[in-house]
Amino acid sequence: MFHIYCPHCAEYREEEEFHAAGQAHIARPLDPEACSDKEWGEYMFFRKNPRGIHHELWVHAAGCRKFFNMTRDTQSYEIKEVYKIGEKPSVVAE
Amino acid sequence: MSDLNVMTAAEMAATKAAVMDQVPGPEIQGQSPLHHADLDSLAKVGPKQGGVHLREHKLLGHLTLRLNPENDDQLAAAERVLGVALPLQPLTSVENGSYSVRWMSPDEWLILVPGLEAFDVESKFRDEMGGHYSLVNSSGGSTVLELSGPDVVELLKRCTPIDLHPKLFPVGKVVSTVFAKSSAIIRRTGEQRFELVIRRSFSDYIWLWLQETSREFGLVVKV
Ligand SMILES: [Zn+2]
Repeated sequence: MFHIYCPHCAEYREEEEFHAAGQAHIARPLDPEACSDKEWGEYMFFRKNPRGIHHELWVHAAGCRKFFNMTRDTQSYEIKEVYKIGEKPSVVAE
Repeated sequence: MSDLNVMTAAEMAATKAAVMDQVPGPEIQGQSPLHHADLDSLAKVGPKQGGVHLREHKLLGHLTLRLNPENDDQLAAAERVLGVALPLQPLTSVENGSYSVRWMSPDEWLILVPGLEAFDVESKFRDEMGGHYSLVNSSGGSTVLELSGPDVVELLKRCTPIDLHPKLFPVGKVVSTVFAKSSAIIRRTGEQRFELVIRRSFSDYIWLWLQETSREFGLVVKV
């Protein structure tokens, strides 16, 4: 069970209030029409599955309903940090 | 693109949304989502002693306001309508007489007003506020329960993962959270008194849940 800090509510809440929404920092191609099928397919369907540091998008579903980012170690389950959308992670994989 | 928050008077008038009075005339009686539970009769014939007291505040006006918290004009307009500034601190609430305002999110507030005043308050918002904002009357979508009594905290511990210790959950604090297998907006209105805003479609489930969960303390229904 995670104890997750919501950067909008500014306090820790139980995991059951949150939903994980997949990998963070996926930029939508600026001009989808100009994408090749490969580029679009990679944007749509291909995701990282690292062992170790991973940047994820979470939503405080039962709380403020805002999205935020989380850096998590997929091996130890340790939450390294949370940060708002638009901010950069300070903990990154080596 | 033009800045939506800087508008001329004419532009402001053009954005004014149509507002409808959702409360019918006095000849039509409104029914709360817990109408079928007949809490009034239960209050008369039910137990008078118990560790948990329950009261429904039915048919209030529920208004969801969303605006940019960095827009001072909009904040000032909201204060003119409500007579009190919107709470900007996360998880806090304010009251002004029969109006109460809950912080729900950095750009969202839930305002409760007496049911018959909702249309008036809504209309005032439309007159006072300009720019890009949203005000939705969701009165029909939820109802309000007041839970109090010496065992109310013990009861709530069985319903929600929120830490209710007075140090972490002082009077005035408000959270939106999971409640049983549903959700609720919980606000502490006294040391041993809480307000729950619950969804219409889950109100019967929560009513049944509260009866079951409060069995060990004794439930007193109040009018
Ligand atoms: Zn939150």
